[in-house]
Amino acid sequence: MAKKALIKEGTYFDSVTLMSISKDVKAINGVKEATIVMGTEANKGILESAGLLVPEAESAKPNDLVIVIDGEEEVLNKAIEKTNEMLAEQKDSSDKEKEYKPGSLDGALDVQPDANLVIISVPGEYAAREARKALKKGLHVMLFSDNVPVEDEIELKKIASKKDLLLMGPDCGTAIINGAPLAFANVVDKGPVGIVAASGTGAQAVSSLIDRQGVGLSQVIGTGGRDLKFKVKGVEMIKDMKALDKDDETEVIVLISKPPAEEVSKKIMDEVKKLSKPVIVNFLGGDPSVIEGTDAIWADTLEDAALKAAAFVKGEDKVSAAGLTEEEIAEIAKEEVNKMSSEQKYLRGLYTGGTLCSEAVILLSEKSGDIYSNIPLKEELGLKEDLKSIKDTVIDLGEDEFTRGKPHPMIEPSLRNERLIKEADDKETAVILLDIVLGYGSHLDPAGEAAKVIKEAKEKVTERGGYLSVIASVCGTDKDPQNLQAQEEKLREVGAKVLPTNVQAVRVVNKILSDLK
Amino acid sequence: MGKKLEDLFKEDLKVINIGLESFSENLKDEGYDAVQVDWKPPAGGDKEMAALLDDIEKISDKIEKANEEAVERMQKSEPVVVDVQTAKDVLPNFEGKMILHAAPPEKWEDMSGPMQGAAIGACIYEGWAEDEESARAMLDAGEVTFDPAHHHNAVGPMTGIVSPSMPVWVVENKTYGNTAYTTLNEGLGKVLRFGANGPEVIEKLKWMEKVLGPAIGEALRKTEDGINLKNITSQALHMGDEVHNRNKAGTSLFIREITPYLLQTDYDNETIKEIIEFMSGNEHFYLNLSMPASKATMDAAHGIEYSTVLTAMARNGVHFGIRVSGLGDDWFVGEAQKVDGLYFPGYTEEDACRDLGDSTISETAAVGGFAMAAAPAIVGFVGGTVSDSIKFTRDMYEITVTENENFTIPPLNFRGTPTGIDLRKIIETGILPAINTGIAHKEPGIGQIGAGLVDPPEECFKKAIRAFAQKYIK
Repeated sequence: MAKKALIKEGTYFDSVTLMSISKDVKAINGVKEATIVMGTEANKGILESAGLLVPEAESAKPNDLVIVIDGEEEVLNKAIEKTNEMLAEQKDSSDKEKEYKPGSLDGALDVQPDANLVIISVPGEYAAREARKALKKGLHVMLFSDNVPVEDEIELKKIASKKDLLLMGPDCGTAIINGAPLAFANVVDKGPVGIVAASGTGAQAVSSLIDRQGVGLSQVIGTGGRDLKFKVKGVEMIKDMKALDKDDETEVIVLISKPPAEEVSKKIMDEVKKLSKPVIVNFLGGDPSVIEGTDAIWADTLEDAALKAAAFVKGEDKVSAAGLTEEEIAEIAKEEVNKMSSEQKYLRGLYTGGTLCSEAVILLSEKSGDIYSNIPLKEELGLKEDLKSIKDTVIDLGEDEFTRGKPHPMIEPSLRNERLIKEADDKETAVILLDIVLGYGSHLDPAGEAAKVIKEAKEKVTERGGYLSVIASVCGTDKDPQNLQAQEEKLREVGAKVLPTNVQAVRVVNKILSDLK
Repeated sequence: MGKKLEDLFKEDLKVINIGLESFSENLKDEGYDAVQVDWKPPAGGDKEMAALLDDIEKISDKIEKANEEAVERMQKSEPVVVDVQTAKDVLPNFEGKMILHAAPPEKWEDMSGPMQGAAIGACIYEGWAEDEESARAMLDAGEVTFDPAHHHNAVGPMTGIVSPSMPVWVVENKTYGNTAYTTLNEGLGKVLRFGANGPEVIEKLKWMEKVLGPAIGEALRKTEDGINLKNITSQALHMGDEVHNRNKAGTSLFIREITPYLLQTDYDNETIKEIIEFMSGNEHFYLNLSMPASKATMDAAHGIEYSTVLTAMARNGVHFGIRVSGLGDDWFVGEAQKVDGLYFPGYTEEDACRDLGDSTISETAAVGGFAMAAAPAIVGFVGGTVSDSIKFTRDMYEITVTENENFTIPPLNFRGTPTGIDLRKIIETGILPAINTGIAHKEPGIGQIGAGLVDPPEECFKKAIRAFAQKYIK
C-alpha cells in the first residue's frame, strides 16, 4: 500500500463533480481510497481524518485541486491518470440534450401539446385503458393491440363516435393518415382515393396497387377486423366513410372487408346511399347483391377494387388491365408443369398476409375445387391439429396457431422459411404460392429471405428428379423502404415466377393445377 | 370542441406512440413528428391497483375538482417567518418530557441509530439526563414521550428532533392563518440532526437557545410583517437553489433581509457578528426556513375531501410515510429505502442510514427534487449532467396536478415547477416522486456522510390508494 498525491494549482471544480469522480476512481481495482477535493481548510481536515493528508496536500491552497490516492503501488499512476482524464472530460462535456422519453400520455402531451393521434400497441389487457385516456383528451386513436375484449371495443367506439374521433382497431395493423404510414403500411403518393378497411393486408394490397397505377391516396383508415361483426355493427366504418365523404381531397371511397354480418351489411349500404361520392365495395367473397339499390360499384377482389378506383380517378370507362391475358397465363403454367415429375400434384400456399390468403383461398376454390386451410371456406376443409398440409393447402401463417410465442412471419420470416422447406420435402408438392408484403413494419428484406429458402427448396426437388414451381406476388411500392422492383428481382433470380398481384398469381396456380389433372 | 373527424385530414399529423418503438421511428424516418412513450403497465402490472384505479376513475370529476382546490391553496399560500420562539411555548400539545422526531411515528426501540443518538442528545441538552448512559436508561424506561413533529405543526430535517427548550422558527401562512415550526439549522459536521450528541453539539445548541434564537426572534419582531419566504424561495430557484439540497442562494437572501433588523436589536456588535458568521458559514441555514414554509403551505392544502394530492412525505430512517389531503391524518407507510448517493471520503453505502427526515415536505410543496432542473450545480446527485437534472424535473410533471405560478425554472423557459403530487398518477405511471437527500451515518454521533437520490417505497402509495378507494368508493 502507498499514497500518491497530485496538486493542480488554481484548478476549480465543484464538490459534487469531484465526489462523483472520486467514486469512479475508487472503483479501480487496487485503489483503497481516492480523495479529490479543493484544498480548503475544511477539506484538509477531512483528508487528515481519513489519514490522507500527505505533505503536498498540506501545503495546498483553497484554489488548488488536491488528488490523493491510497492503494497498491502499481495502480497509483493509473488512478491519477484516470482522474486527469475524467477531469478533462468534465471540462469539455458538451452535455448533449438527451432525447426525453415521457412515461405516460400526459407526459407525451407535455412534449408535444398539439399531438392529434395516438398509436397504441401495448398488451391487449392494458390497451383499452390507454385508448380511453387518449379519447378523453380528444385524440384520435389507432389501436394496434389485439386481445382487447369486444365489450371494450364497443365502449371505446361509442366514446369515439360521440367525440367524432377515429378509433381504428383494435387489431388495426394498417393506416395511412395524412400521408403518414402508421404501423404496417406502404409508402404511397397523396391523391384522391380514400380507403376504409377492416383488414390490414387488404388495405396494404389495395393502396399499393392504386399507387402502382399512378394514382394517390387521401387516407387509408383501418377499422379493426371485428368492426363489421354483428356486435360492433360497423360503427367505425360508417363514421369514417362519412368523414371521407366530407373530405375535400377524397374523390372516391373504397370499402374493404370480409363479408359483414347481414344486418351490418344492410346498415352500411343504407349509409352508402347517403354519401355524395362514388363508393367501391370489396366484401371479399361476399354476395355482390348487397349493393343493390345503391350507386356503389362492386369489386370482386382486392386487385379489382384498386383498378376500379384508379380507373375512376383517371376518368377511364374501362378498367385498365393489370392482369395477364389467358394466353400469357397458360404459357407460364405450361412451362412450369412441363418440368415437374409425375408424383407432383399439389399446391401449398404459404401466406403472411391474412387477407391475401383469404383472397387466394376463395379464388382457388372457385376454379380448383377443395382447398384445405387453417382459414377454410368449409369446416371440413380445416387442417388437423398437427397443422400438416393436406392435398391442396393454403395457410395463413399469421394466425394465432402459428404465431403463438413467435414473431409474425411478416416481421420475421423464419416461420415460413421452415414451413417452405418442409413442403418441398413432400414429394407430392408441385407448386408453392407465396405473398411478400413490403412497407413499414415488415421485415427489411422479406424477398431476400424467401429467396434463400426457395433456392434451397428448388435444389432439393431437382435432386430427386422433380421441379418445384414457386409462384409469388409482392405487395408494395417502389417507395417502400424495401423497394418493390428490387424485391421482385431477388425472387426472379432464384427462379420464382413473380406476378404483379395476388390475383394474377392465383390465376397461374389455378392453371397449373388444372394442367396437372 | 366541436371539432370534426374530417378536420384531422387538414392538420399536420403529430403522433404519440405508446408501445412498439419502431412505429415512431418509421414515422420520424418519413419526416413526421412522433413522440415515443416509455410505457409501463399501470402500477407495474399490478392487477389489483389497475382495478382500483378504474374504480376511482368513476369519481374522477370530484377528485379533479378537489385536487384543483388543493393546488390552488398551495399556490395562494403566503408563508412568512415572523418570529423565533421556544418550542414548548408555541407548538400545540407539546407538554412534559416529550421529544418530536421526523415522521412517520416510530417507537424508541425501533428508531434508527441517528434518531436514537439525537434523542439521547436532546435528553442531555434538556438536562433530563447527565450523559448518554443515563439518557438511554431513561428512554428505555419509557420516561420520554415520542411523537412525530408533523403532529405538532412542525417539521425537522434528518432526525427532526425537537425538544421543549429549542428555539423554533414561527412561520405563518398569511393567507390561511395556519402556522408551522422548525428548529434553527445547526450547520454541517457533528450536529444533533444527524444523531451527534457530544459536548460540542450540546454547547452549540445551548448557544442557539440563548443567543441565536432570541436575537433573530427580536430582529424578526422588528420587521413590519415578517419576511416572506415564498419570495425568497422563488428568487433562490432563479439563483441555482432547489431549497432542499442546495440552499446557498436562499441563505444569502435571508441574511440580506435579516441583517438590517439584527442591527436594530439590543445585541452588541460582537454578538451580531457571531450570528452573521454562523449563518453565512452554514450553506443550509435556509433549509430550516424553506421546510416550515412548505409545511405551512401543505397544511393549508390538507383535509380536502376527495383530494388525492399528497400533503406530506416523511422518513425516519426506518419507515417512509405519506399523508394524502383527502385521507385525514393517517400515515401510509413503507420501509425507508437506501440512498443511492455520493459519499464523503472514507465512507461507503455500508455506513449509511436509510432514508431520513421530514425534509421531503419540500418535494410535496413543489420544490426540492421537483425543482432539480433549477439547480445545475448539484446535478452530480442525479446523474451528472444538466440534461439529467432536467429529466428529473420533467418526469415529475407526469405525476402532478399543475405547474406552479410562483416557483419557476429558468432552464425550462421559466416553466412552473411540478405542483401537487397526485397519488393516482404515481400508481398509474409507476413514476415515484423524485427525492434528493443528505445521507446520515447509521451510527449515532457521526453525522452526514454524503448525499444522493432515493426512491420512496411503492408500498405506501398502494396502501393509500386502497384506503382512498375504501373511503370514497361505495
